[in-house]
Amino acid sequence: MIENGIGASVRRKEDIRFLTGKGNYTDDVNVVGQTYAYFVRSPHAHATINSIDTSVASSSDGVIAVFTGDDLAADGIGPLICGVNVTGDDGEPHKAPAHPALAQGKVNYVGDHVAVVIAETLDQAKDAAEKVEVDYGILAAVTDTATASDDAQQQIHAEAPNNICYNWPFGEKEAVNDAFSSAHKIASLELVNNRMVTNPMEPRAAVGDFNSGTEEITLHLTTQNPHVHRLVLSAFNQLAPEHKLRVVGPDVGGGFGVKIFVYAEELVVGWACRKINRPVKWTSDRTEAFMADAHGRDHVAFAEMALDEQGKFLAMRVKTTANLGAYLSTFATMVPSYLYAFLLAGQYSTPLIYSEVKAVFTNTAPVDAARGAGRPEATYLLERLVDVCAEEMNLDPAEIRRRNFIPVEAFPYQTPVVQCYDSGDYPAALDKALNLADYEGFSARAEEAKSRGKRRGIGLSSYVEACGIAPSAAVGQLGAGVGLWESAQVRFNPTGNVQVFTGTHSHGQGHETTFAQLVTEQLGVPLENIEIIHGDTAKTQFGMGTYGSRSLAVGGVAIAKACEKLIEKGKKIAAHALEAAEGDIEFAEGNFSVTGTDKSMNIAEVAFNAYVPHSYPEGLEPGFDENAFFDPLNFSFPAGTHVCEVEVDPDTGVVEIIKYSAVDDFGRLINPMIVEGQVHGGIVHGVGQALLEGCQYDSDGQLVTASYMDYAMPRADNVPSFDVDYAPTNPPDNPLGVKGCGEAGAIGAPPAVINAITNALGIKHIDMPATPENVWRAAQAAS
Amino acid sequence: MLTISLNVNGKPVSGEIEERTLLVQFLREHLKLTGTHVGCDTSQCGACVIHVDGVSVKSCTMLAIQAEGCEVTTIEGLASDQGLHPMQQAFKDNHGLQCGFCTPGMVMSGVDIVNRNGSDVDEATVRKELEGNICRCTGYHNIVKAIQAGAKNMGAQ
Repeated sequence: MIENGIGASVRRKEDIRFLTGKGNYTDDVNVVGQTYAYFVRSPHAHATINSIDTSVASSSDGVIAVFTGDDLAADGIGPLICGVNVTGDDGEPHKAPAHPALAQGKVNYVGDHVAVVIAETLDQAKDAAEKVEVDYGILAAVTDTATASDDAQQQIHAEAPNNICYNWPFGEKEAVNDAFSSAHKIASLELVNNRMVTNPMEPRAAVGDFNSGTEEITLHLTTQNPHVHRLVLSAFNQLAPEHKLRVVGPDVGGGFGVKIFVYAEELVVGWACRKINRPVKWTSDRTEAFMADAHGRDHVAFAEMALDEQGKFLAMRVKTTANLGAYLSTFATMVPSYLYAFLLAGQYSTPLIYSEVKAVFTNTAPVDAARGAGRPEATYLLERLVDVCAEEMNLDPAEIRRRNFIPVEAFPYQTPVVQCYDSGDYPAALDKALNLADYEGFSARAEEAKSRGKRRGIGLSSYVEACGIAPSAAVGQLGAGVGLWESAQVRFNPTGNVQVFTGTHSHGQGHETTFAQLVTEQLGVPLENIEIIHGDTAKTQFGMGTYGSRSLAVGGVAIAKACEKLIEKGKKIAAHALEAAEGDIEFAEGNFSVTGTDKSMNIAEVAFNAYVPHSYPEGLEPGFDENAFFDPLNFSFPAGTHVCEVEVDPDTGVVEIIKYSAVDDFGRLINPMIVEGQVHGGIVHGVGQALLEGCQYDSDGQLVTASYMDYAMPRADNVPSFDVDYAPTNPPDNPLGVKGCGEAGAIGAPPAVINAITNALGIKHIDMPATPENVWRAAQAAS
Repeated sequence: MLTISLNVNGKPVSGEIEERTLLVQFLREHLKLTGTHVGCDTSQCGACVIHVDGVSVKSCTMLAIQAEGCEVTTIEGLASDQGLHPMQQAFKDNHGLQCGFCTPGMVMSGVDIVNRNGSDVDEATVRKELEGNICRCTGYHNIVKAIQAGAKNMGAQ
C-alpha cells in the first residue's frame, strides 16, 4: 500500500505559501524599471469615434506614451480571434467581425478599449487617461438578447446582418415534428438563462518585459493556459514568434473559464513593452473586470417535450437565442452550439432531439465560456422542462426521471446529439441522493413549515456533462482550430527526487497535490520528493491548459504515460545492474526486483545509474526523464443528482436553502478532500446564479451591475453546509478511470434550486435570479 | 509627500508617500508585502483584511497616514517561529482554501472573529461575520469549518 497515493485525502502541498502570504500572483510580480498601463475605455455602448486627441495626455506628468488603435495597426498587431468555426444554416462560416485590441473608428460596448496610457506610476497613468479627448458619435444600442435580431434594431457590424452571428440547426427536424404531432402530451417552457459575470477573486493582470538583447518578450499573465496564450498571441496576433515569447501564468487566483481567453489588454501590454523598451504592468480593477472580462450564459430559450401515456419522453424541441456580446471572444462560438446542444439528451433516453440556436451580437461585453460553459445552460433548460413534464403527467419528479433514465445496461450509450456516454448509473445516484435528502420525509417537513407560515419546496436536478475536453479529431471535425491533447514530462534528478512538468494549469484545483499523488502511486517515490511544475512556457514542453474539467482526465493520463515509460526504461537499467533478464524484472512500490529472488533496487538508485552510467546497458540512452502526450479517446461524462430543499417566506420573498444534497459520479477519486471542495464551490457558483447574480445592462447599454455593491455574489450567510456523496462508475474510455469534478456543482445546482422554489410556491416557473423581489411577486401572483 | 512611521509585523517601518496612498498600497507597493490582496475597489471583497492595533480592517478603506504610529499585522506576520498560527493550520487541515487569493483576508478575519466571539463560535455566527469576505472557489463550507476548528485551536493555546 502506497502512502499518500490514489484515494488519500492528502492535505495540499500548495497551501503553505498561500496561507503565509508567499503566493506569487501576477500583480505581485514587479520588474525593475516597470511602467504602468491604464486603458481609456468607452463610456458609450455604441458609438463611432470621430477623433481621439492624445496631446494633453501625452504631455502630462510621468506619461511615457499614449497609444491608440492606429499605433497597433501600424505595427500589424491583432486583431483578436475566435478559434472555433460554426457553420450556419446558410452553409457559411459564422460571421466574425474584426475585433481590434484598441478601437478602430468605433466602439461597441461600455468598457471597449479606446487607448492606453503608459506612465511611470499608475496614478499618473489614470490622471492622464482622463485627459485623452475622444469625440464620439453616439449610436443606438442593442442590449436585449431576445430582440437583438429584430429588423428594427440598430446594426452593430456590417458583416453580420440583423446582428446574427449564426443560425445553427441541429437534429432531425421532421422526425421530431412527427413525434410531436402524435404525442399524448406536450410540455413546454420559456426561460432565460441569466447573464453572469464570472468573478474569480483575482482580477486579470499582465506584466510584459522585453529583453532587447535576446528579442524575447516575457509576459506574466493571469492565464489558465499559458501555451494557448503564446500560440494565439504569436500565430494570430503577430506579437512575437513563439520561440521569442515566454508566457508565465504564475499563481492564478481562480479562473472558472474567464482566464482562458486572449484579451486586448494582454496583447497591448505585450506589444507596448517592446515599443517603449521598458516593462509594462497592467492590473484590472474590479469595475474594469465587470465591464471587460468575458461574461457567461445569457440565453433565452423555448423548450418542448413530447410525452407518451406513461410519461416517456418521445422527442424534444428547443429554440435558443444566445447573446455573444459585441465581439467574438476566443471560444465564444462553441459555447451555445457544441457545448450546449450536444448535452440536451441529459440522463434520458429521449430518442429524438432537434435544436435551433441563433447567436446574436449586442452592445455588451463579449460572452464566452464560464464554469460549465453551455452545459449549465443545457442542464437548466432540460431539468426545468422535466419538472414541467412531471406536473403535466401528474408524476413525482423523481419518478418521471426514473422512467426516462438511460438504463445501466445500455452503456456505452449513443445519444441522438453526437455524444456517446461511456459509463453511468443514473438510478443509483438518484436513489442515494433521495436518501441523503430524506425525500420521503419531505411532506412532513413541509407541513411543519406551513404551520410557521413558511413554504417548503424540494427540487431535483439530474445532470450529465461532457468533460475531459477533448478528442482532437472530434473537435477538429466540429471546427476547432487546435488539438486538445495534453502533455507531461516526468524527470528524475540524479538524487532521486522528481519534477513533473504538466501543460495543465492549477488555479485553485490543487494539481500540485493530486498529480503528486498519481506519481507517488505509480512510481513509489514519497510525496515530498515530487514537485509539480506548471504555468510557464519556458519550463513545460507544451500544453493546452485547464478548463472543461480536463486536467486529470487528460493531463493526468499524460503524466501516467510518462511514468510508464520510466518504468519500462528502469527495467532495462535494473536488469543490467542486477544481472538478470529484463523479462524477469518486476516493478512495485518503487522497487525493481528480480522475480523469485530477494534482489532488488529502488527507483532512485535506477535514476542515479541512468545519470551516472558507468555500468549501463549497451545502446540505452542515459538519463531518466520521459515525455508523453495523451489525446483522449472520448469526452468523460460526470453525472449525478442534486437535491435542494428550500424554505420560502411568502411575505418577504426570501429563499433560505435548508439542505442541499449532492451525489455525483466522478469515476475514481484521487483526493476525495479536494474533490469535495470542488463540489462545494461549484454548488455555490450555481446557487449564486439561481438566487443572486444577474448582470444587467440598461437599454442604453450602460452596465448597471459593475461592482460588488450592485452585483450580488454569494456570501457565507447565503448558503448552508452541504451533504456530498458519490455513486461512481468506471469509465472505460479513460485510462485512469476518472471523469472530472470542477464544473458539476455549477451545472447541477441552478435547476435544483429553482425546482425547489417552484415546488414551494406551486408555480410553473420563475426566472433566475430568484431574488426576494422576484419570488415575492411570484408568490403574490400565485395566491 | 508625507513621511509615515508605524510598526508592521513587529518591526518599525517608515516611508515617503503621497497623501492619497491607501494603506494596502503602502503595504504592497512600498513594503512589498504582497500577501495582502486587492480583489475589488468598493471595500466589499475582504481580500485586503489586516489587523490594525489588533482589530480587523479592510486596508483598502484606510489611508496609509491613518496608520501612523499603529501596530499593523498582515498575513506575513501571523505565523511565528513555532510554526503556523492555529488559524492558518486549521485552514490547511480543513481544505479552507483553493486558489488562495481570498485566503489572507479570510484568515485575518477568522482570527478577528474568534477574538471577538470566543473559541466556541457557532456556524451561524461565523457565516454572518464573514459577510465582508467573498470567496469564489470554496463555497464557504470548508472556510466555516476551518474557522470553527481554528477557534478551538486558538482557545486551547
